[in-house]
Amino acid sequence: MLEQTEQKEWMVLNIGPAHPTMHGTLRIMVKLDGETILEAVPEIGYLHRGFEKGAEQLNYQQVIPLTDRLNYCSAMMNNVGYCRAVEKLLGIEVPRRCQYIRVIVSELSRIIDHLVCIGANLVDLGALTPFWYCFREREYVYELLEALCGARLTTSYTRIGGLAHDLPADWVKRCRKVMRENLPQAIEEVETLITRNRIFIDRTQGVGIIGAEEALNYGFTGPCLRASGVAFDLRKADPYYDYDKFDFEIPVGRNGDTYDRYLVRMEEMRQSLRILEQALDGLPEGPVNVQDKRITLPEKEKVYTQFGSLVRHIKLIVDGIVPPAGEVYSATEAANGVLGFYIVSDGTKTPYRIKVRPPCFAVYQALPRIARGNLIADLIAIIGSLNIIAGELDR
Amino acid sequence: MLTDYVVWTVQYVLLPVTVPILLLTGIPIAVWIERRGAAFIQDRVGPNRIPFFGLRNAGLLQPIADALKLLVKEDFVPAKADKFLYYLAPAFSMTPALLTFAVIPFADVLEVGSYRIPLQVADLNVGILFIFAIASLGVFGIVFGGWASNNKYSLLGGLRSSAQMISYEVAMGLSVIGVLIVFESVRLNDIVRQQGELLFGFLPRWGIVVQPLGFLLFFVAALAETNRIPFDLPEAEAEIVAGYHLEYSSFKFSMYFMAEYVNMLVASGLLVSLFLGGWQIPWLPTATLVSWAGPWVTAALQATAFVVKLWFIMWVMIWIRWTLPRFRYDQLMGLGWRVMLPLALMNLCVTSLVPFLLGIYGT
Repeated sequence: MLEQTEQKEWMVLNIGPAHPTMHGTLRIMVKLDGETILEAVPEIGYLHRGFEKGAEQLNYQQVIPLTDRLNYCSAMMNNVGYCRAVEKLLGIEVPRRCQYIRVIVSELSRIIDHLVCIGANLVDLGALTPFWYCFREREYVYELLEALCGARLTTSYTRIGGLAHDLPADWVKRCRKVMRENLPQAIEEVETLITRNRIFIDRTQGVGIIGAEEALNYGFTGPCLRASGVAFDLRKADPYYDYDKFDFEIPVGRNGDTYDRYLVRMEEMRQSLRILEQALDGLPEGPVNVQDKRITLPEKEKVYTQFGSLVRHIKLIVDGIVPPAGEVYSATEAANGVLGFYIVSDGTKTPYRIKVRPPCFAVYQALPRIARGNLIADLIAIIGSLNIIAGELDR
Repeated sequence: MLTDYVVWTVQYVLLPVTVPILLLTGIPIAVWIERRGAAFIQDRVGPNRIPFFGLRNAGLLQPIADALKLLVKEDFVPAKADKFLYYLAPAFSMTPALLTFAVIPFADVLEVGSYRIPLQVADLNVGILFIFAIASLGVFGIVFGGWASNNKYSLLGGLRSSAQMISYEVAMGLSVIGVLIVFESVRLNDIVRQQGELLFGFLPRWGIVVQPLGFLLFFVAALAETNRIPFDLPEAEAEIVAGYHLEYSSFKFSMYFMAEYVNMLVASGLLVSLFLGGWQIPWLPTATLVSWAGPWVTAALQATAFVVKLWFIMWVMIWIRWTLPRFRYDQLMGLGWRVMLPLALMNLCVTSLVPFLLGIYGT
């Protein structure tokens, strides 16, 4: 793996999988000359759970809880991404209200994902206080998500063809309160404490640079690509769920360094707040599930009172949703970048194959190239800003 | 009545025993302030339990509970550790930290009748030199620990600390020389006593007034010497896990932990003595106080003033820790050698030249 070459003896240091900064279970072996990294070799798979193989044993609806565990910092977006892929396979479109709610939970998830990323990155740089400012406000968003589905992390909120439940009664009001009072406060506090901090700028500017072309070649997407100066965002490039109707901008960095990645994430949170505001204003009335007997379970009350509904319920649970044979690729813009699902169906109730295209897999493969020549302290800053989530990296 | 015997006992038994004990008592208080202060800054509650006979006492006993916990932890020694150095290192870290406090005066000389009792453990005529001589030994504790643990992370921590502490000692020493020139003494009590004078009739002649740049440099260097954020590279937990004390557990770790806080207390004490008037209460010289309240009360008041100033500096250090990110190794060295050292030298030159040019100090 790492060979001792030449006469000089290098130090080989094993960072992770149990290391304070290796969020999740990343492992990087580095060859050091003093503290300078000559070579970095990441090893993946410590959090491999067999998502793709496991999905082949389950029916389409049952895969949703597995998607929670992909990027566990923004589980809602994985739910949305997966369900959208299956719906594309089925050739159906979810009702407008469902689309808007999916946009709302996605943008909320994007904000908390960025808060985690920025907070954790700052902890790794030694600034512990902004982390708490981020996490304190993130807690309010978690309360909102909890009100939707009863869980904070493992949400499983979406269903194929709709959602598990409609929004609770006063949810929109609560959401507006969090958006107006709590989230801007977190962004402001971190901004004033860190963005112009001399030490932070010294630690991050010019560290871990990756140029636009190289980033594209590696398959970068999301904030990491935009920090390199490429304004690629699926919400604009291939709009889904009315994203083309919302007024928002895509922040773009210039240098592709750690500092730009931080700035892009900060700005994306503000833009997400703008989208949220518009989505809540334009939230349509109506059902949240498609009115299709092959896909949506009948209402619980009818199941208990009407024989036909009871039979339909049992049949849908036992037989599952059966899409036509074929294959489909569907991608959404998740917090980390493009989250793609490639599904092959053989016309039975279980998927023949599900392939996930996680955003950080492509980002992580550039790490050896980015880390080379930097110091250990830089490697820590770079990993934090690339936001590698072991859950979706190893699946 | 005071007798020779009593004075001797106070000076050579009571003070040398009580001052280290008081210093050690400062550790749990410092830990408590650190943890509650951090919680306060971060909008958390912090430790607030550990009831004592049903009294919640705002978590004051938390540090003691922590110490007890560490005492009963498994005392782990890595298999291939250099046993001798491994055991020696924590003590080597702790001892110099405690020793340096000996020359810091916490009140003016107590004059009762014909007796003069200096209120410091040792009234050395080379006070500051003693402090630098002993304090620079502290780095060995860290280097030994990093080396003896036989762990790559520890080794990196030890390397970082040796480079850092030696570099910043230079800047620290040079920044103090300015003070020595102004007050024309290396005896700490003399320096403090002179800070009671008034400049222009109203401004106390504190070190920070006559040596503002020296104060800044000394403060930054003191942060670096005590391995506090933004200079906590030897133990940067995000990078090298815990650095030099990674392989230490139980009370050996506790020794390192306490040494950090004793070092902070000593650095604050030194900073207060050199730059913030030590035990001086502004505009109230010892003679005035003694004529009002007698020698004993004066000593108590001055000691209180010293302690208040000391804890203020401690709080500033804690405040900084929970506000700033950490430097990178090369930036730290750059700051030490390329910014602090030239500034300290410049400060030294100006301090030596100005009195001559103005003709203040005669010859």
